[in-house]
Amino acid sequence: MVTSAERPAGAAPSAADQDAGPPSRGRVVAGRFFASWQGRAGFALLALLFALAFAGPALSRWSYTDKDFLAFLSPPSADHWFGTLQTGADVYAVTLRGMRRSLVVGLLAALLSTALAAVVGAFAGYFLGWTDRALTWVTDLLLVLPAFLILAIMSPMFSGGQWPLFVAVLALFLWMVTSKIVRGITVSLKEREFVQAARFMGVSPARIIFRHIIPNMSSLLVVDATLNVSAAILTETSLSYFGFGIQPPDVSLGTLIADGSPTAVYAPWTFWFAAGLLVVIVLAVNLAGDALRDACDPESGRSR
Amino acid sequence: MTPPVLEVAGLTVTFPGAGGPVPVVRGVDYAVAPGEVLGIVGESGSGKSVTALAVMGLLPPRATMTGSVRLHGEELAGAPERRLTAVRGRTISMVFQDPLSALTPVYRVGDQIAEAIRAHRRIGAKEAERRAVELLDLVGIPSPRQRALAFPHEFSGGMRQRVMIAMAVANDPDVIICDEPTTALDVTVQAQVLEVLRTAQRETGAAIVMITHDLGVVAGLADRVLVMYAGRVVEAGRVDDVYHRARMPYTRGLLGSVPRLDGGRARLAPIDGTPPSPGALPPGCPFEPRCPAALPECREAEPPLVAAGGPGQAAACVRAAEPVADPVADPAEAAEAAGADPGTAAGRADGRPERAVVLRVDGLVKHHPLVRGAVLRRRVGTVRAVDGVTFDVREGETLGLVGESGCGKTTTLMQILELAAPQRGTIAVLGRDTARLRAGDRTAIRRDLQVVFQDPLAALDPRMTVHDILAEPLRAHGRPPGPRVRELLGLVGLEAEHAGRYPREFSGGQRQRIGIARALALEPRLVVLDEPVSALDVSIQAGVVNLLAELKERLGLSYLFVAHDLAVVRHIADRVAVMHLGRIAEIGQVDRVYAAPAHPYTQALLSAVPLPDPARERARRRILLEGDLPNPASPPSGCRFRTRCPRFTALGPAERDRCVREEPEVRLLGGDQGAACHYAERVDVM
Amino acid sequence: MAGFLLRRLINHVVLVAVATSLAYMLAAIAFDPRSNYQDRSPRPPEAVVDARLDELGLNDKTPLFERYLAWAGGVLRGDFGPSVTGEPVLDDLARRAGVTLRLVLTGLLAGSAAGVLAGAYAAVRQYGVFDRLTTGLSFVVLAVPVVVLANMSIIAATWLNDLAGARILLVSGEATPGLRGGFAAHLADRVQHLALPTFTLSLGLAAIYSRYQRNMMLDVLGADFVRTAMAKGLSRRAALVRHALRTALIPAATYFAFSFGALLVGATFTEKIFGWHGLGERLIDSIFTNDVHTVAAISCFAACAVLVASLAADVLHAALDPRVRVS
Repeated sequence: MVTSAERPAGAAPSAADQDAGPPSRGRVVAGRFFASWQGRAGFALLALLFALAFAGPALSRWSYTDKDFLAFLSPPSADHWFGTLQTGADVYAVTLRGMRRSLVVGLLAALLSTALAAVVGAFAGYFLGWTDRALTWVTDLLLVLPAFLILAIMSPMFSGGQWPLFVAVLALFLWMVTSKIVRGITVSLKEREFVQAARFMGVSPARIIFRHIIPNMSSLLVVDATLNVSAAILTETSLSYFGFGIQPPDVSLGTLIADGSPTAVYAPWTFWFAAGLLVVIVLAVNLAGDALRDACDPESGRSR
Repeated sequence: MTPPVLEVAGLTVTFPGAGGPVPVVRGVDYAVAPGEVLGIVGESGSGKSVTALAVMGLLPPRATMTGSVRLHGEELAGAPERRLTAVRGRTISMVFQDPLSALTPVYRVGDQIAEAIRAHRRIGAKEAERRAVELLDLVGIPSPRQRALAFPHEFSGGMRQRVMIAMAVANDPDVIICDEPTTALDVTVQAQVLEVLRTAQRETGAAIVMITHDLGVVAGLADRVLVMYAGRVVEAGRVDDVYHRARMPYTRGLLGSVPRLDGGRARLAPIDGTPPSPGALPPGCPFEPRCPAALPECREAEPPLVAAGGPGQAAACVRAAEPVADPVADPAEAAEAAGADPGTAAGRADGRPERAVVLRVDGLVKHHPLVRGAVLRRRVGTVRAVDGVTFDVREGETLGLVGESGCGKTTTLMQILELAAPQRGTIAVLGRDTARLRAGDRTAIRRDLQVVFQDPLAALDPRMTVHDILAEPLRAHGRPPGPRVRELLGLVGLEAEHAGRYPREFSGGQRQRIGIARALALEPRLVVLDEPVSALDVSIQAGVVNLLAELKERLGLSYLFVAHDLAVVRHIADRVAVMHLGRIAEIGQVDRVYAAPAHPYTQALLSAVPLPDPARERARRRILLEGDLPNPASPPSGCRFRTRCPRFTALGPAERDRCVREEPEVRLLGGDQGAACHYAERVDVM
Repeated sequence: MAGFLLRRLINHVVLVAVATSLAYMLAAIAFDPRSNYQDRSPRPPEAVVDARLDELGLNDKTPLFERYLAWAGGVLRGDFGPSVTGEPVLDDLARRAGVTLRLVLTGLLAGSAAGVLAGAYAAVRQYGVFDRLTTGLSFVVLAVPVVVLANMSIIAATWLNDLAGARILLVSGEATPGLRGGFAAHLADRVQHLALPTFTLSLGLAAIYSRYQRNMMLDVLGADFVRTAMAKGLSRRAALVRHALRTALIPAATYFAFSFGALLVGATFTEKIFGWHGLGERLIDSIFTNDVHTVAAISCFAACAVLVASLAADVLHAALDPRVRVS
């Protein structure tokens, strides 16, 4: 993951530059983003969800490890706002805990996979030849490997607080399609005059990639990262549903949904709070991503 | 007097914008008589194309339109969609600018024409197909029966535009609107297409509305002309009146800023400033901020279009009534009057001055594989993009490398810039053979060899400030940017405070100045310019051409100037090399080559460039080439030009044999002029 | 040309081989087939377990590489080895492939057709009521994970059946076992079983397709050739259908081939939740039963499916778009 750590470093100066200019690009994009209802709704929802995930548990006297032995599978009440599970665990507490884990997993996996996609795609597209063939082959291999199966096989390794490993493996199976797109854009960017001008001025290839090529795809990458967040959260949910993702005693929305679905019919609170929050998270991320895409690309969306 | 077929009155078009509605067309009136050719000229953003779309009722839904469009007296503005559909393509038809995107890629050409016929007439599929083939024949497409079955991407640009014209005349319309029909085409192809348009008009007797930015095209084709600026007609009248006795300073400025094929190396007269954006028009006359003859009252109110000058002439200027001098009289005299530097002309006698050679290209070859197919990608041939090119550039000299698209001029330039060993032949930059350079040497040479690209917006990284853009070459070569950036901005006529801005905040001309400043950052000795002004409007182009000429004198630079515009090359170059299909057809001193080209291709090329002077343009003898550029993957044997060569057709069989068998090399013809033709003969084509 | 085809084929074969081997290795390292026998009572003696594992080629006392070679040799002869129950893996998978195919094909066809139509219409009426409605709906649907969607539809179906007082929609399995009656009864039974999984599968696909097709359609709506078609005198409707939609369908068709390949194994959740005995269900079961050979075989099948789909996408693209055909 050394290479992926370089990307934010390479992109950071350009972000700083943008703020320096009079009507900076960042501000223009932000303006357009907040002008659309998707942008406003997505941002507000996300902010709310994060606040809930990190500050919410403090509001309740139950922690996610507590068990109330006086109330098994009890419906929502003043004491247990979202009711309790069969084990006596407080649904509100475990749901927020699970949401926090899901959010963190989604964000990290998305960031990692997008960084990987950018670096691999840009190097393959810029150097072409053998670099390209080798990187493309690896990309294709990961594309044909059934991600679900590999993750499932590796799932025993994720127990015992090893969720960061889960994030890394999840990210490893999310970047390939973006990387192919990045490669294609890089090939065409390489023919663009400003890249050629830099080349003919004697600027080094690595500098061209991190200074000209990747920053010029930043809108695509930002959008991709956003959409990867929802993809990662959904994948995590599905895996956890079958017991292949986040391992107990840690909880995520996926494990909660899996545990809740058998009791969903007669004890709806065990299922619907986790499922509902998950849908709202993904919806918010998708809304924000879509608004961001329109904001970054003036050709699409409003102008038409 | 016959009633007009098309009458437009008080036409306005408004688009919604971020800061409120943007008026793009602000009250346009005109009428076209049957069989008449009306030219509409203007620079980009003047609203000329939007006017055409409004007449056709094809504006995008978000645009709002007011005013009246009458076709044979019938009001089309606000007419029901069904009525418009019945009229479009039958009574009034249109030819669009870009013939590649204007044809549906997934249908056969013949079917698309047949569809146009069957949209209006109840005839069978067979009958429509037959008629489509007839139309393809009419517009001069060889073996039309087979070509009707081809898809648009299998046609060249010129052939596609012929298909568009065939489609436009399919139902024998009364008005044909042509929106920049030849802008995307090469000059010789443009000449062919304009000829086809003339034929089409003769056949159908339709009136033509010709929208273009090219004053030469209008001069040769139109009866009357409208000049548009900032969404309004600012001058109208018969072609002769407008070209020779223009009353509006903008028209005069436009005519004065066009580089002329028949002009000397006189300094061009650019119009100051840039066209206003439709969203932020200045108060009063929109041209006032750029006008050399502005009066205080110009700023108060926008002058209406009033009759002035010749019959039917009108101009929107407070000084319209004042008589004026002819801006296009005789370019040579005009040059004298404008204070052309006679010294440069005298300095260039027949021989070339003996100075150090900064660039030598000898027998350069670049072939690349032609690959086709998605499923079965395979090599279907070899494109011989550059096939043995030899020339040199000496210190302080400008060599213009001209030719039509696909001739290999850009490939040649890229090969030089790569500083790598060529496939065959040698490239020596500043006396160093590129095949023998090591990485360190290459970096050192990059300092002396710089480049300016065609599209200034594409050549500048949109995410960097001007300061960073100008500092990049300095940093790459380990020099502190320091005060040099400010110095460079001053050199190209920009302000020091521009350094903090981004490229998109500048106009096209200013951006190109930034590109030039960047090229000069390392004080190079040789600058390669790839079509540096072809993306700019005429009024802006002149300023950049002047700047380049001035910098060359001041800094003692050498230029390799690649261009397709022969008139621009005449203004800036000392020597010119004409390329055709990967080889040099003719090379020599500019004045000699332009005055009497020896290669039949050069002759055709020069004769195809339209002159912005109605009388001379119409009186010229035009050499029309036949057919398309041969496939560069399989050029003809012997002389590559013979399949289209007018001289070849005039030769006897014994003489022809030599052209078929033997590939001609560049042969000196006395003085600094050489041509690659077995039967070279100098001819004046002006 | 033959050379290129051959290179591509070899590349694909190598990819499949590497992917399958990787899956085998990973599974062989991570799985513990011996544990399958430890919970039995009476617990079988170790020698018996060893013999049984040797027979299956799963004995962890044999070095991994040796096991791999023996298995790979079998694969080259077309034998993917036995599953943990001792039956040949391929027989079981072949039967299940038919089940999966039936589910995926109906789901994909229904989903893509609905999505393409909705997306195209939404683009034509951009920012109209229909556009806003489908955009909003597709956002919501895309935010719902398949597992939640499947469970929700089961809950809804149960509620509906209770309401109607009859079993209209069946939520488990492909067909009622031992059903008696004519062809019509069997067909109705199949449809009753197929309805919910197909709906679950196609709803998500429809949402994706509608977004995708809407964007494609918006791209061509402003294209010059649509304007040309209208300038010729075609009505707006004819220009949109004959020129815009036809051109905008090319990427959707390519995408169709792609998603088909991915779905063959990707319908896992739907199959598992609705109790369809397809490939996806087998995949999950094989992980729980430490079935190395089945896992490897399914990986091989999935890799082939993806590659064949990408080939099919290319062929389809060439068939629909004259620009990429070799002339």
